[in-house]
Amino acid sequence: MSTLPPTASPMRPSTLDERLTSFNERYRQQKITHRNWTILYGALFLVALAGSVFVSDFSIPKLVKGLPMAWNYIVGTMPTLTLENFWSDLAEWYWGLRYWLRLLVETILMGFVGTVLGGVFALALCFPAARNLVESTGVYFAARRILEFCRTVPELVFALIFVFAFGLGPFAGVLAIAVHTAGSLGKLFAEVNENVDPRPIEGVRAAGGNWPMIMRLGVVPQVLPNYASYLLLRFEINVRGASALGLVGAGGIGEELYVAIRQFEYTDISAIMLLLILTTSVIDITCEFIRHRLIGHSLTQSA
Amino acid sequence: MTAAPHADIARLRRTHPQLFSRPLSEKLRDWALWLGFFALLGFGLWWIDASPMRLIAGLNKLGLLVTLMIPPWPGDGFWEYCQAMLETLAMAFLGTLIAAIVALPLGFLGAKNIVPNWLFHFSLRRFFDAFRGIDGLVWALIFVSAVGLGPFAGVLAIAVGDVMIFSKLFAEAIENTDRKPVEGVRASGGGDVHVMRLGVFPQVFPVMMSHVLYFFESNVRSATILGIVGAGGIGLQLSDRIRINNWQEAAFIILMILVTVSVIDAVSRRIRAKLT
Repeated sequence: MSTLPPTASPMRPSTLDERLTSFNERYRQQKITHRNWTILYGALFLVALAGSVFVSDFSIPKLVKGLPMAWNYIVGTMPTLTLENFWSDLAEWYWGLRYWLRLLVETILMGFVGTVLGGVFALALCFPAARNLVESTGVYFAARRILEFCRTVPELVFALIFVFAFGLGPFAGVLAIAVHTAGSLGKLFAEVNENVDPRPIEGVRAAGGNWPMIMRLGVVPQVLPNYASYLLLRFEINVRGASALGLVGAGGIGEELYVAIRQFEYTDISAIMLLLILTTSVIDITCEFIRHRLIGHSLTQSA
Repeated sequence: MTAAPHADIARLRRTHPQLFSRPLSEKLRDWALWLGFFALLGFGLWWIDASPMRLIAGLNKLGLLVTLMIPPWPGDGFWEYCQAMLETLAMAFLGTLIAAIVALPLGFLGAKNIVPNWLFHFSLRRFFDAFRGIDGLVWALIFVSAVGLGPFAGVLAIAVGDVMIFSKLFAEAIENTDRKPVEGVRASGGGDVHVMRLGVFPQVFPVMMSHVLYFFESNVRSATILGIVGAGGIGLQLSDRIRINNWQEAAFIILMILVTVSVIDAVSRRIRAKLT
């Protein structure tokens, strides 16, 4: 938006009056450009809004009618807990606790194994996908495209296909998580790699190291804390993702939640959701603590 | 620079052993951590029943599927898919917008400098955090049960899933405002409205817009799959095609998703770069 014209006269305006008029002129022009941009963005926004409302046949009456329905549904899932016999009510609410806990463990394990496997692939691909670490453009380009593909296809689409190929159950789910994780972690790792200090690399090269040695001794020590931090972050995300994979038959607590929602077992829904929220909160807090320990407070705040 | 003579190194190793090897307790702790890690990994692999045989058999089948997918072909449903894709984009857009509008007052409530009550602040933040634990797909499933099939359920699912995260991010943006412009406006005689409009708003708005755009991007991704549970959009078409084993059309839809997501990402990244 730097469309300011240079001052018209070659001589600098000297008197206060002249300077003021020139300033006013420039200010006015700035304001006009700014206003035009605002109008353009506003118009674009309105077009998008109108189009969306039209396509998704969303309407205010529908919202007014739908929201109470949604609210009733949520209220309907609440269990009846009375103060007199609180414990037996709680036991009734969580009648399937042992089974659910088993599925919850499965969900967490799926997230864990998926993160580790995906991390291994990401580690293998992130060095060729970093601009400053490879010389051949072809290798760089291929690695980047593979990562992009793994990252952009939604995890659930992989899960749908893998359920066909590997059969129902958590194995397909873990593979889906691993592929998606490889894509997103690989990109983050590669970005970390691109920001490394080149001096250790040159040092190893000067001492006669080959490419794997340069990676191992020049790059890895610099980037390891950031890798670990990203891995932990991804683990949190993957546990959450694993809980949804069950909806397409790929294992984890999602299967049970799917059954509960489809068969309108209202109190089960709230019981399982509460378990999920508790688990993910605990994992979030633990991972955050470890992350802060790993790379220090200042880094996590700026990132 | 010359290398230190070997005798020198040997002497240094004798006088400062701690520089050359770490204490035993630290080594043991590291070993225990690695052992625990691998034990957990092994247990996980055992639990999910992973075996090389299964992997190979599955990969064979996957290879077969890929050959069935080539070439991706839309069949006669091309316009149908385009419309479903538009529906997906519309769901993401409306869901993000509603979430942002609802989150605005919540963000002010959650900001430390607006509501300085420590307990209130802490519990509200934890409440915001807790809702992140539920995946968008689960919300979609619930809203499909509550309000019926169709994109409306998808819009609600996206909105509900994002409201809490937006509230938290908005609260942080409001907390990070600089006091100086606010004081400047007040010093030159502005009222509360002026302070908000000229002191706070210009600082907060770009940050909020950037968050909203970023979430729009990620919501386009998640909206593509909401259809799998019946919440409208391209996901419904995709899961149908996979269910009836029409792999060419499924591959075409996946390609469509890839292209759309990349285009949206590129555009939104442009705008965000301009904002900040």
